[in-house]
Amino acid sequence: MKVPLSWLKEYVEIARPPHELAHLLTFAGLEVEAMEYIGLPQPQQERQQTKITGLAWDREHFVVADITAVEPHPNADRLVLAQLNDGERVHTVLTGAPNLFPFKGSGTLPAPVKVAYAREGARLYDGHKPGREVTRIKRAKIRGVESYSMACSEKELGISDEHEGVIIFDPDAPPAGTPLADYIGDVVFDIAITPNMARNASVIGVAREVAALTGASLRPPSWKMKVKSSKSSALPLPNIDIHEPKLNPRFTTTLIENVTIAPSPYWLQRRLRLAGMRPINNIVDVTNYVMLETGQPLHAFDYDVLCRRASGKTPTIITRLPEPAEKLTTLDGVGRALDGFTILVADTVGVLSIGGIMGGGESEVSPTTTNVLLEVASWDLINIRRSVHAQQLQSSQAGYRFSRGVHPAIAPRANRRAAELMRELGGGRIARELADEYPRPFPPVVVELPLAEIDRNLGITIPPDEVVRILTALEFRVEKEGAVLHVTVPEHRLDIGVGAVGIADLLEEIARIYGFERIPETQISDTTPPQHSNLALETEERMRDVLVNLGLQEVITYRLSSPELEQRTLATATGDYVTLSNPVAPERAAMRRSLLASVLECAESNARYQQRLALFEIGPVYLPKSASTDEQPALPREPRRLVVVLSGSRSALSWTDRERSPVDYFDLKGLVDTLIDAVHLDDVSVQPSEHPSFRPGATAALLLAGSPVGFFGELHPHVSAAFALTEYPVLAADFDLEALLPILPDHHSTKPVPRFPAIVEDIALIVDETTPASEVTELIAQTGGERLAQVQLFDVFRGAQLGAGKKSLAYRLTFQSDEKTLMDKDAARLRNKIVKRLKRDIDAELRSA
Amino acid sequence: MLELLHKNKQQALSELQRAADSTALKEWRSRHLGKESALMQALGSLGSLPAAERPDIGRRANEIRRSLKAACQQRADELRRAELDATPAAVLDVTLPGRPVQRGRLHIATQTLRRIYAIWAEMGFQVYRSPDVETDEYNFELLNIPAHHPARDMWDTFHADTPGVILRTHTSPGQIHAMREYCPEPIRVILPGMCYRYEQITARSEIQFNQVEGLAVGKNIRFTDLKGTLSDFARRMFGASTGTRFRASHFPFTEPSAEMDIECFLCSGDGCSVCKHTGWLEILGCGMVHPTVLQNGGYDPREFTGFAFGMGPERIAMLKYGIEDIRYFWGNDLRFLEQF
Ligand SMILES: [Zn+2]
Repeated sequence: MKVPLSWLKEYVEIARPPHELAHLLTFAGLEVEAMEYIGLPQPQQERQQTKITGLAWDREHFVVADITAVEPHPNADRLVLAQLNDGERVHTVLTGAPNLFPFKGSGTLPAPVKVAYAREGARLYDGHKPGREVTRIKRAKIRGVESYSMACSEKELGISDEHEGVIIFDPDAPPAGTPLADYIGDVVFDIAITPNMARNASVIGVAREVAALTGASLRPPSWKMKVKSSKSSALPLPNIDIHEPKLNPRFTTTLIENVTIAPSPYWLQRRLRLAGMRPINNIVDVTNYVMLETGQPLHAFDYDVLCRRASGKTPTIITRLPEPAEKLTTLDGVGRALDGFTILVADTVGVLSIGGIMGGGESEVSPTTTNVLLEVASWDLINIRRSVHAQQLQSSQAGYRFSRGVHPAIAPRANRRAAELMRELGGGRIARELADEYPRPFPPVVVELPLAEIDRNLGITIPPDEVVRILTALEFRVEKEGAVLHVTVPEHRLDIGVGAVGIADLLEEIARIYGFERIPETQISDTTPPQHSNLALETEERMRDVLVNLGLQEVITYRLSSPELEQRTLATATGDYVTLSNPVAPERAAMRRSLLASVLECAESNARYQQRLALFEIGPVYLPKSASTDEQPALPREPRRLVVVLSGSRSALSWTDRERSPVDYFDLKGLVDTLIDAVHLDDVSVQPSEHPSFRPGATAALLLAGSPVGFFGELHPHVSAAFALTEYPVLAADFDLEALLPILPDHHSTKPVPRFPAIVEDIALIVDETTPASEVTELIAQTGGERLAQVQLFDVFRGAQLGAGKKSLAYRLTFQSDEKTLMDKDAARLRNKIVKRLKRDIDAELRSA
Repeated sequence: MLELLHKNKQQALSELQRAADSTALKEWRSRHLGKESALMQALGSLGSLPAAERPDIGRRANEIRRSLKAACQQRADELRRAELDATPAAVLDVTLPGRPVQRGRLHIATQTLRRIYAIWAEMGFQVYRSPDVETDEYNFELLNIPAHHPARDMWDTFHADTPGVILRTHTSPGQIHAMREYCPEPIRVILPGMCYRYEQITARSEIQFNQVEGLAVGKNIRFTDLKGTLSDFARRMFGASTGTRFRASHFPFTEPSAEMDIECFLCSGDGCSVCKHTGWLEILGCGMVHPTVLQNGGYDPREFTGFAFGMGPERIAMLKYGIEDIRYFWGNDLRFLEQF
């Protein structure tokens, strides 16, 4: 909402500098997002609290001037020479402004044309260039005539983008020589209006806030209109027939007869432009002006069109819902199909306008209109919102206000105010009082506010007098009865509730006008609540720490994905997706079911720049449940998973490491082993397995107490290719954390540091190729018992000398006792026992050195 | 006898000076302090001496033994020092890069979240999580945002194809979950998590982002506590001298509502491009829990009050590290992530 300071000052005294006022408003919840200084000097301050733009008109160079005569240019048809008095002397000013041409060649004008004049050397905006470019007026000869100063357009002065002609002031403008800044210097506040402050989408609304914040009093305009009744000739007001009083609580009309449609006076045009609206003619401009002033949208009909449609009879205005397939061409020229819920203004013949949002073309005020019927009505905000969205008319100023709520009490005031302004500006007369249909008046809202609530909620005591002053300044009616205030909500607000909500609503008003800055800071003194730990989060974070310690980089990918992306993993979809009805892009149209696909997509985008990828992500996937229960829509399960992806060089490029080999399955296996060890998980095993995403033969399942919690291994070549990761093998793991996290042990037992020396022996065993190493290791450990402290597989060898289908596994065995120093013979006995057992169970042969 | 021992001692000491390496020293040791040495022999034969001489000779012989041992140790130290002194200088280009260490890192969003968790944990606020995919009821209606209400314009929502199911636009639904779980206990929790908004993805706006909300409910929680607690947080998060200010604002689920600004930590409040020359950074929204929300959580607003707040970890990280493009977070370019 753009609010010119000069307009604001009409309703409230303002002594503070504009930037201080902006600060005050911002802190009270009316955020001033930007300030435009129109001609006035900008504040010199280091910290700018809001964005400030604008052009200052220095007082020497910019003045009001009188044009006393307009003469033709001797050598150019499109230029005229204006005789101009700037209060000091008379100048001849060259101009091409079309709005001065009508005065051409009529000699000395009966009354001077008052204009905004820039003297030689003035700095202003270039009217001929797009945007706002500052230029300085220089002396020049144009078609033989000397030019060194100019009459200015609004664009040149930075008031608006209007450059069709020069500014022509109203006749009551101050005398020639008056500095322009003193006359029309201004500041425009651009204020963000939050949904709860719909009432402040109006100049009076903002003025009321200023009054409450500064202690000045609000001076609203007169809500009276002068009715000159002459019963004999007065035209009849239309009948009003409200079909849906809930959707259209109030409908008022006035009739202004015999008006002359003309441009509005300059002051009004200027205010509209400063507020961001385009002047059209005096009637339309008044509807916009009063809307900006009061927040109540208004609509002007050509009364004679309504009469014609009623075949000369007294028109009847009906507000109703559409008939099937009803259409309307609105004044923006768009033919619109009307939704069944959209409330309409119609007459007996058909629809005239979409209630509260936009008029139809036919009944609009036109340059030939003489009788104006002014409609000021109230509409249900929810209904208007639906229609605004359905018709995509979010930018309509009326729709904006009605969809945030306008209290029905404002309608008659705004109607009278506008009718009176139309009469003043357009001539004509008002012959009848306002017609007012208000079938279901809104009841007054009263809130009982115990003063103790202020301390209970805000933590401070504000003197009751101050509380009463604040509420009264905002036009609440307050009666104090002991320690309770009976507060009647003013008739312009729809945002104050009753009961506990009403109390909170009032506390907010009191707090923000009193000033948040004046409220001190305290430490919570309330009792400490019972403590609840979040074990799921703690273990998840523990897992992250372990993975980081293993040298992996955490990534966080989009949880919005697509079935197409996930199909690249070749894992057959085993369920539905949570799909979006309004995705921003097809590749983000569903909540992911596969974390692996997300991390592979991340690997794909990084592979170009990286020689080594070592990534992990912990995050949820979204698995829809089939059925709804208790009429609640079914929400998906969101189990967390862990994905690790490794690819590229094992080591970074370095002079210390000339041979750089790519990572393989055993890099990943090492990570998995270390991970399991680091979180002290027992009863974990790894089994050869199969999975469509992984390469056959290089796929392992991780089992926890015998049940799989995920897969890892080398990615299937098709999957790597689908993610364009073809340069190196890609290793990946995809684990279900919901299975892992809850059983992560919180503690584990430890062994004492050995007190007796160890005996280390290496043995090599020849076994069948098909015998998994894990089985051999397990057998050794079992057979060795307590005194076999460590079993380390340190070599795997295959060769012709071993025979086909055989491999050699070399182990380092560490024998150690808690009770004594072992002798060589103790170790030898154990080793022989192990060898014998292996021979018996898996036909392993000891390989001679 | 004593004389002999003295003489031996003198000779041993002079021989010691000639022992030039550890082997010679070892030999010297067995010669003069070993079992066969005159000294040890003498000590061993003390019993055969007359009882009157025994103590004196015994004492003296032991003195000699101690002094020889000390001299031997001293000589050994000298030799060791000489040996170390003789170590040749290394021939290295000490400026060559070291062997690369491959370190892992947490994503910057996780790092920021953890910092926030840690500060709030110390202030008695524990983490409470709730789902990403929510019902319209929990995300809006129970938070005092009825259907078609103007306040709904504040969120652009992703809707699931299932009616009434949306992606949460904020972690506020967690307020209702937490209240319904803990009622009638007082509450102090923070609610972190991923949120979603239907927006164009640009340098300034993302379709998914983390949020951390906080909620305190009790019989004695006031606006002054809100200000004090959040200012404490700001000083912990952004530096001990960080100033704060509170501006009135609007959120449907709090009343009164406020925005908290912190003094710009990049320019100390003098004004810079990041704070748009205001000296202040908008960092979080907050307010007293709306009575309707308390009610919906099971708490009687006449008896209980509460405050709530919400902040964006990514925005905080962007400010702290001068990150200019929010897309970097889920873009996961390692050249970005490796800077943290
Ligand atoms: Zn700054």
